[in-house]
Amino acid sequence: MARTLEAANLSTVLVTMMPYWSKKVGVPRTLAVEFPFGHTLGAPHNVPQQKRVILEALSVLAEAPEPGVIVHSKENWNQPIEDAIQSWQPKEPSPIIAELTPKFRDMMRQHRAEKKP
Amino acid sequence: MEIGMTVDSFKFLPRIIAKFYQMTEREPNYPIPWTPLERPIQACKFGLVTSAGLYQLGVDPPFDLERERTEPTWGDPSFRRIPAGILQEQLGVSHLHVNTDDVLKDVNILLPVDRFQELVDEGTIGGLAEWGYSFMGYQGFPPDTTLWEEKYAPQVADSFHEQGVHCVLLTPT
Repeated sequence: MARTLEAANLSTVLVTMMPYWSKKVGVPRTLAVEFPFGHTLGAPHNVPQQKRVILEALSVLAEAPEPGVIVHSKENWNQPIEDAIQSWQPKEPSPIIAELTPKFRDMMRQHRAEKKP
Repeated sequence: MEIGMTVDSFKFLPRIIAKFYQMTEREPNYPIPWTPLERPIQACKFGLVTSAGLYQLGVDPPFDLERERTEPTWGDPSFRRIPAGILQEQLGVSHLHVNTDDVLKDVNILLPVDRFQELVDEGTIGGLAEWGYSFMGYQGFPPDTTLWEEKYAPQVADSFHEQGVHCVLLTPT
């Protein structure tokens, strides 16, 4: 998406919790935030935090020296990690996760069994 | 080029999903597209794009989650337009892959219409497009973004050009 818009003469900046994908896809400009999924710009009603993240993204847009730049934000998520992992997830697993999780567990089990001498 | 390496992409992922992602091989297509910023931020008009699955309640239909439920390897590739002045109570969300409670409390965590209006009022940026755009991030398994690239993103780009937009902030979920 970012690449298509950028190719259409728009300067883009993407904020994401997964710089891993930005790198793999080749996103033009990325600000990486260590926030749980679904909370890209911060916590609800935390106006100062949202504003800090947006201003960081604007700096990336203005100052990015080359295509593919990824800047890591130093913002922190103020919630115990176990709670954060639980609370961003949907109340019910998505259809694809429900379908794939058992298959993937089998694959991992098989993989581990093959590794044992 | 990476500046700082502090963000762990897998921190909030259950281990099984993290492992799954780490097994995906992908290489970017070079060159990476690039439109240099040709004016100061204070003179830029911004457009907003998210993949949060947002739509206007009572105006537009939700994303097609029924088909996704019966066909889990498919995700709705269409988009909805969202007015910059949307009120929280006019916001609907369709997304089966994240908990949507928080965006229903405050749209600004994914489509920062109020924060950007404040930046316009302060003179930090030049303007905000009247319309923002929302996609729904799950594009099937394995993900297929062909329709985004060939059909829908070009439509969004055309609309932004008509609105005089120079820059776009993208916020995936």
